Amino acid sequence: MTLWLIPFFPLIGFLLNGLFGKRLSKPIINVIAIGSVMVSFLYVVALLFKLWPLTTAYSEHDYTWIQSGFLNIGFDLFVDRLTAVMLLVVTGVGLLIHTYAIGYMEHEGGYHRFFSYFNLFMFFMLILVLASNLLVMFVGWEGVGLCSYLLVSFYFTEDFATNAGNKAFIVNRIGDFGFSLGIFLTVVVFKTLDFGKLAAAVQSMPVEVGAGALTAITLLLFVGATGKSAQIPLYVWLPDAMAGPTPVSALIHAATMVTAGVYMIARTSFLFDHAPSAMHVVAVIGLLTAVFAATIGITQNDIKKVFAYSTVSQLGYMFLGVGLGAYSAGIFHLMTHAFFKALLFLGAGSVIHGLGGEQDLRHMGGLRKVMPITFYTLGIASLAISGFPGFSGFFSKDAILSAAYTHSQWMFWIGAITAGITAFYVFRAYFMAFFGTYRGHHHPHESPFVMTGPLIVLAVLAAVGGFLSVPNWLSPQFPLSEQENITPMIISATCGIIGILIAYLLYVLQPRLAESAKTAAGPIYTLVANKYYVDEFYRGVIVKPLEAISSVVLWRGVDEGIIDTGLVNGFGRVIRGWGSLFRQLQSGSIRNYATWVFAGSLLVIFVLGLAGGFR
Amino acid sequence: MSLLAFVLAIPLIGFFAVLFTPRESKTGFTVALGASIITFLASLGLIGAALANPASFSSVVNQPWIDSPGLQIRFHIGVDGISLWLVLLTTLLLPIGIWISRDLILERHKTFFALLLLFEFGLIGVFSALDLFAFYVFWEVALVPMYLMVGGWGGARRGPAAIKFFTYTMAGSVLMLGSIIYIHSQAGTFDYVDIMNALQAGRVVLSPGQQLAIFLGFFAAFAVKTPIFPFHTWLPDTYTQAPAPATFLLAAVMSKMGAYGLIRYSITLAPIGAHRCTSWIIVLAIIGIVYGALLALIQPNIKRLIAYSSVSHLGFVVLGIFALDQQGADGAVYQMLAHGLSTGALFILAGYMEQRRQSLEIADYGGIATPAPGLATAFMIALLASIGLPVLCNFIGEYLILQGAAISHFSWSVYAAIGVILSAAYMLWMYQRTFLGKTTDRTVGFADLTGREWAPLLPMILLMVWLGTYTQSFMPSISAATAHLLDQTNMSNEYRVQVAQPAKHNVELANVR
Repeated sequence: MTLWLIPFFPLIGFLLNGLFGKRLSKPIINVIAIGSVMVSFLYVVALLFKLWPLTTAYSEHDYTWIQSGFLNIGFDLFVDRLTAVMLLVVTGVGLLIHTYAIGYMEHEGGYHRFFSYFNLFMFFMLILVLASNLLVMFVGWEGVGLCSYLLVSFYFTEDFATNAGNKAFIVNRIGDFGFSLGIFLTVVVFKTLDFGKLAAAVQSMPVEVGAGALTAITLLLFVGATGKSAQIPLYVWLPDAMAGPTPVSALIHAATMVTAGVYMIARTSFLFDHAPSAMHVVAVIGLLTAVFAATIGITQNDIKKVFAYSTVSQLGYMFLGVGLGAYSAGIFHLMTHAFFKALLFLGAGSVIHGLGGEQDLRHMGGLRKVMPITFYTLGIASLAISGFPGFSGFFSKDAILSAAYTHSQWMFWIGAITAGITAFYVFRAYFMAFFGTYRGHHHPHESPFVMTGPLIVLAVLAAVGGFLSVPNWLSPQFPLSEQENITPMIISATCGIIGILIAYLLYVLQPRLAESAKTAAGPIYTLVANKYYVDEFYRGVIVKPLEAISSVVLWRGVDEGIIDTGLVNGFGRVIRGWGSLFRQLQSGSIRNYATWVFAGSLLVIFVLGLAGGFR
Repeated sequence: MSLLAFVLAIPLIGFFAVLFTPRESKTGFTVALGASIITFLASLGLIGAALANPASFSSVVNQPWIDSPGLQIRFHIGVDGISLWLVLLTTLLLPIGIWISRDLILERHKTFFALLLLFEFGLIGVFSALDLFAFYVFWEVALVPMYLMVGGWGGARRGPAAIKFFTYTMAGSVLMLGSIIYIHSQAGTFDYVDIMNALQAGRVVLSPGQQLAIFLGFFAAFAVKTPIFPFHTWLPDTYTQAPAPATFLLAAVMSKMGAYGLIRYSITLAPIGAHRCTSWIIVLAIIGIVYGALLALIQPNIKRLIAYSSVSHLGFVVLGIFALDQQGADGAVYQMLAHGLSTGALFILAGYMEQRRQSLEIADYGGIATPAPGLATAFMIALLASIGLPVLCNFIGEYLILQGAAISHFSWSVYAAIGVILSAAYMLWMYQRTFLGKTTDRTVGFADLTGREWAPLLPMILLMVWLGTYTQSFMPSISAATAHLLDQTNMSNEYRVQVAQPAKHNVELANVR
């Protein structure tokens, strides 16, 4: 079995559609784009059957990528149980969303461009997942960032889209600054980037020697994770990234790419395990992001923005999990989140599609009769994200909150309350869209089967995905915790149900109450609705000053003022004083200058000849 | 006659041949292109011998040139694993330069083609010379045609720009000439290989003070040419005013002359001088990286923006060289090649855009991706290479440079990596304002790339991917050569640690020798 074939298929899809797509008909583009992902998915399934039960990792060395001195970085791929989960999620959910996109993108321009970027994304995401050393992982990491940029600014004639694309790329670069420094430091300390060798080296390293270095490395890697996975302080790009077409939001900005940070920490758990203070930072940042983004989610009126903030918040939960050492719980939530959040976005996309592009919840309402399949599937997704007992999110969120419960009570309680807030704002959006009466001006219609089909499959997964026990599957790599406590499960489920009931009260039973609550909150509501003014803060404190310094101080001041006018021309003036003797040389004619250069060279040779001769 | 001499001779023969072609005919173009393509094909023949033994010089020609008593200047050329790739970069990009000049140069084509070939002759000479005096001669030979191209075919303010370029560069090279003559006075020869052998064997001993003087003389020339902050202010003016093919060659190959000089001569002929200066050169390199990027951020002109980005990229090269370890040196050489391809392609594309729009002010553009998707795609690929996206060429160079810097001093990599963040910012903002958004009435009907314009870009794009994905074609030879250079000057890390302790300084130096 060859692992490189898994990312290779989508790469071929990208090349075919990217190079020749303009001349191909839509059905052929579909066959190439969806076919390549399907082949990849089937290949993954076949591979896992063959490698079953995959108790030990399977790795392959394809070729030496970089060799310089002691540093040897291979293009190496490997599969273990963790990779297997990611591979299935990425290719499986990816396949569903690719299929859905046929319907969603039907009337959009740049059809082949869209699908070639989508395939390219799959290629890089699979490289990221399969990588067997940090630098190959970084290739995938940067590559998915590129595809995110290309797809966010897909509607490239619109400023909101290109601004969002730039923001996504640049903010991610700030995170990648940390990631790359983490890589450099890893090489300095361990002389290798290979996961297997690193794990061995960490094991044999005396604790007191490694603690400082490992803390630094893991914190730097985590900076990278905060960028890609939209955590405080670098989460700001993700809500804007909703400017891309909805399938992009579902695949890249919900199900797969944004979870790369969580995966990366789980993958390098052998480093994090030896850096408890870094782990603590991860958990706290995750928890803070979870609650912070959830509060913003309450106030958003754009259906995609609501789900975007919920993604930020749910990613926070995953970081809370891995930060507490419950890696398998974090990955479990990663998987169920991929199901229900992809479903939420695709459902939202179905609504948007049916309403001719409308995204504002205030112009929706009463859609449950006209869009029944979307209504039911989105309902399942909402129950799943709310942690309603029996649905997939219930199990994975419980795994994380149980870990918090045993670790520290305050973390658990904040996490549980956030679960309540989550249930509230998700159902707020759900009720606003599907209940009451229609408040818009379009003629809503249900989406075609090519879109509802993936919704149904994802709904099944979002409903029962919790019974696929990822923690058990991963237990050879990440041992299960011993005690099972039922208390956190009851509390968090109760919080979720209360959240749903409040949403039902405010947005179905007594819609006027919601308005009066908004008014009562006054300035606090304004603060939250404006996303705590974080964007404005970054713009005012970082972007603007940087531009001003570069423009006024460095360019006009240092470059043209001090160096050029002051030093170079000042030096020139001195020379010119001398040079007035030779003014006749300066005729201004280039040909004359060339002649003088030639003559000067001859003179130099002549003088040297003399100097040599006198010796 | 060895193959290398042949490679060196064809451009010179072509130069004279083109001068004798009729003024207004296609013959000049045909002859120039033919000569440069023959040069390129012949230069491919250098690969075999160089790869067989990359740490030493191959395809050597060693003939007396000026042979008076007491003064032997030898015509001594050869290539190792570093210079091989730079010669190939030159011979590959020259036909491309000639090809694009056909469209982008509007008058006196014949003379321009001739100057391009003379320029190629100088560059191949610079990269293959093994005699310091020959090196100096080639160095100046390369300068003159470039000066004439900028001054004769450039933009509105070409005169001042050309003179600034010329005087700046001359000021540096005069000091280098001083160093070369001084070495001759000490070693009795200009021959680089002989001098290195003599230094290694201890037959010639240069005191730390002498080495410092020699180093600084070379450094002046190389710092201006590369350029290193704060000797860079000629660059934005020259790059902006030069005609597009000249800008392309200035950035893609000529800027490598300085960097090549640094790694070939500065650190080997005067290692102690280099060590003494490392700390402040690193500071200048890092300032250059960040400063160039910050200035690129706010440039209103596309060419000027790429010019400042070049300052930033070359700062990386200098950082890699003066990290003085294997990864840094390998990365520096790799980055030279990568920068030649990526920035070269960007300048070619800028040339095409200027030809269509008669301006390179970003404000005069907007939304040209809609009428010209091919141009937008090509620009995006070159841009992504330039900002160091993995799987494209610059990533390898930047990674190894920063890794090498981190191995020397971790904090260096921290400061320098800021440039990587900024590169994404300035390039994407420029791309957004130029290519994206709605087409304005000024850019409606903006013509897309023609097949003739794609032709020079395709090989460059393929090479960007090749260099980014399969480094083993290039890296082993580069690595062997840089390892040899670092060895030759006892610049292994262990030695550096000893040198870093001032109390033992002189004792250690004595021992080393």
